[in-house]
Amino acid sequence: MTPLSGYLLVSALLFCIGLAGALTRRNAIMVLIGIELMLNAANLNFIAFWRFSEHPETQTGLMFALFSIAIAAAEAAVGLALIITIYRHFRTANVDKVEEMKG
Amino acid sequence: MTLPFAIIAGLTVGSAIAAMSLRNMVHCALSLVLTFAGLAGLYLQLNAEFVGFTQILVYVGAVSILIVFAILLTRSTDPKDEPATVTPWVGIAVAVGAFLTMALAVVSSPVGKRVAAPAPEVSVKTLGQKLMTDYVLPLEVMALLLTAAMLGAVIIAMKDKEGQR
Amino acid sequence: MAEFFQAIDQFPVTLKHWLMSQLQGFVPEWALPLVSAVLSISPILAVFPLLFALTTVVERKGLGRIQNRIGPNRVGIPLTNIRLAGFGQFIADGIKSLIKEDVVPRAADKVVHFLAPIALLIPVLLTYSVLPFGRNMVPLDLPQTGLLFFFAVGASTELSVFMAGWSSRNKYSLLGAMRAIAQMVSYEIPLILSSLTVVMMAGTLSLAGIVESQAEVRFGFLHGWHLFTPWGFVGFCLFLTAAAAEANRTPFDLPEAESEIIAGYFTEYSGFKFAIFFLAEYLGLFAMCGLGITLFLGGWLPPFKFLGFIPSWCWFLGKLVALILLFIWLRGTLPRLRTDQLMGFAWKFLLPMTLINLLVAALWHLSGGSVPLAVRWVVGCALLAVPYWLLGRGFEAKVGKREYRFAN
Repeated sequence: MTPLSGYLLVSALLFCIGLAGALTRRNAIMVLIGIELMLNAANLNFIAFWRFSEHPETQTGLMFALFSIAIAAAEAAVGLALIITIYRHFRTANVDKVEEMKG
Repeated sequence: MTLPFAIIAGLTVGSAIAAMSLRNMVHCALSLVLTFAGLAGLYLQLNAEFVGFTQILVYVGAVSILIVFAILLTRSTDPKDEPATVTPWVGIAVAVGAFLTMALAVVSSPVGKRVAAPAPEVSVKTLGQKLMTDYVLPLEVMALLLTAAMLGAVIIAMKDKEGQR
Repeated sequence: MAEFFQAIDQFPVTLKHWLMSQLQGFVPEWALPLVSAVLSISPILAVFPLLFALTTVVERKGLGRIQNRIGPNRVGIPLTNIRLAGFGQFIADGIKSLIKEDVVPRAADKVVHFLAPIALLIPVLLTYSVLPFGRNMVPLDLPQTGLLFFFAVGASTELSVFMAGWSSRNKYSLLGAMRAIAQMVSYEIPLILSSLTVVMMAGTLSLAGIVESQAEVRFGFLHGWHLFTPWGFVGFCLFLTAAAAEANRTPFDLPEAESEIIAGYFTEYSGFKFAIFFLAEYLGLFAMCGLGITLFLGGWLPPFKFLGFIPSWCWFLGKLVALILLFIWLRGTLPRLRTDQLMGFAWKFLLPMTLINLLVAALWHLSGGSVPLAVRWVVGCALLAVPYWLLGRGFEAKVGKREYRFAN
């Protein structure tokens, strides 16, 4: 079985790829995709630590990951609804061009 | 570093890089789906069956479709004129710095060398019992959150009938 | 005599064990699980496409008879003189779709266009691996999460529908794809909730365990199928409705009806890729029927105990054929639902009914020991019939006198 550091490195790599995407892409949906990648990387961390812990039968890591998946789904829904509404108003989904607070 | 882990991890990281760097947004969304599937494979390797299949059901089956619908509904007519990224070097530098810090922490700490206990006896029954006894408060809060999110998303994205006549 | 019937019942299992023992010497150590898996799934890959082929012929003939015409009745075995009264039609159709020209639109996204049929076929075939086809005949036994695997993989089919619709660069394909995805996502909820009732009563997510939980014999001869309870009967009807909508079957086949939107999301597919879409759609229907049989109709169990000499896989196939004939009958009889009627039906009728079904199942279980059976039946049926009537009335209220805006 791969040691814990393997899973932690993969999780860190995914997190940083998501971070790079969220910081550099200009389209709002791509930023959201980056955020989803970061959330998934954190989930992988939780599950890896749960598996390699001393008392895996308490299933704390699983619980955390399940709740995190549910929260991520809710956040993706609301975020995408917001992006669609902003697109309707500003006719663009580019985060650089949406710079007025006046509706 | 076993071979299945290397293959699945390589697939996941490769499709994550593709998801963040491709020009066509639908291709990005499809690579993201591949990333989610790869992550589900990693969860299955870690004996977390329930979370792995829930990941496929929720992420691949629902969140990806949300993302794809949003891409379709916010497409500008000519996608080629806008540059995808503006001065990407700062963002990539920050990300590389973050990764180096985390990798250093992982490699140099004794936590990373933990050996796996034999496969735990995880049953969905105990998961459900824990959800109803120890974790009932987060469960109820999650139900409220999901209801609020659903209502909020519907109301935000609804076309206002009075504005466009 | 009993051992003879038992031998027929278990012959796929004994055949596989014998083959494994024969191959033990030739195959290297690391490939043994792979060989075992291939041996488990090859009956599925052999039987179900053949069932699909026969279903297409039977469907065309059956629909023809319902519509007061004869279906295909001429094609026997091609290139010979043998006439099979039309049952060779599937051979002719298969050869035609293989040799037809594969037209890809010039503006289409070639990679995604190519991958979409494959991305539909693979999850559909994966769903077959957890269905129990007979006693001890589950290709993949997941004791903790069998049913969840089925639904997780089934949800992945929606993405390939989108891939097909978007890559064709055709407005109508895209519209058809979006309608199809909206329909599949909406009907997933009643599907999962109605099977959740069974999970609650059986206490396990493993499909083999759910079949086992229906094995108890009541009144001396009747097996305890979930169908023979009020919540099971209503749950089965709800499950069949949601399964028909998931498989894009009439009366829910708006995304692919010829009179509506050309052919929906697979308009731009021809030849072999269209055949794969067609195959994957029917295989998805068979998998949903198989799941409905496992959850509600007792899987491979016979209805009466004295019929237990017929092999278990024969029972499964027989029930599957009966459900397919039911779907063909529904296709020939019911009119199509419009998109808004379809979505309203899912969210405003099926969803509350499945939740009420869950409640009735819980009440049934909790009053198990203390209340006599007749009272439980009456209370259960009443608790289900009243919301059904009330919710149904909500749909009738919209049908009023037609108002003509310009004619009056």
